[in-house]
Amino acid sequence: MSFAQVVFYGLAAITVISALLVITRRNPVHSAIYLIITLLAVALLFLQLQAEFIAAVQIILYIGGIMVLFLFVIMLVNLDVAMRQEQFNRQWWVAGLAALLLAAELAAVIYLGRGTAELPQAPAGALQPNTELIGTTLYRDYMLPFEIASLLLLVAMVGAVLMARRRAS
Amino acid sequence: MVPTWHYLMLSAALLTIGVIGVLTRRNVIIILMSIELILNAVNLNLVAFSRQLADVSGQIFTIFVITVAAAEAAVGLGILIAFFRNRDTVNADEIDLLKW
Repeated sequence: MSFAQVVFYGLAAITVISALLVITRRNPVHSAIYLIITLLAVALLFLQLQAEFIAAVQIILYIGGIMVLFLFVIMLVNLDVAMRQEQFNRQWWVAGLAALLLAAELAAVIYLGRGTAELPQAPAGALQPNTELIGTTLYRDYMLPFEIASLLLLVAMVGAVLMARRRAS
Repeated sequence: MVPTWHYLMLSAALLTIGVIGVLTRRNVIIILMSIELILNAVNLNLVAFSRQLADVSGQIFTIFVITVAAAEAAVGLGILIAFFRNRDTVNADEIDLLKW
């Protein structure tokens, strides 16, 4: 087993185990911590896939931005009552069955179709220099989606402020 | 070198765990975290195929997915705070009225 495979299987195990812990913990703060571990492992997988810029964005934006937002809201909302209640809803076994069917289907499709399409195998340094390539592609070919994304962020910001505002009455 | 379909398998596992979280948990905060898990599974797929095809477009798309995830988390948590202020609960199965 080569070094790359050892790294991949180690990170994959960390990702799956901490993701399972995210959806089973009673305390949302613990879930948030395990989600941070999952996101870090996925960022390291991006690094292994020669996507250094995406790995950095994942750490800065997801772990530095979104997860801090989550933790702030967990602190703002009083969760003592919710933590003492039942954590799973009544139709959990139907949902689990459907999700297991989905997993079996996805795994079967991926496993049976793994060699059917001959995709070109890229050489080792094909996506380098990574940040420069992303920059030119993003600002040349994807200019309009980029502007629409900025509009989306503005709308989301206004919406979040409007939602969380205390109603004047 | 790890073949691409191993990444697809990991991505499918992550997506399934996220789906189970969305469908079975009652706490809205955990449901939003599960949605982040699902979006991360998609990102892993996109970046794995980006390496396989030596095309940077998949990584561009990942940036857009992360942008949408940030917007979704901000609005979702804003709604959650407004809801908690009105009803004093964070359970998804008690959110059943449009107006009260």
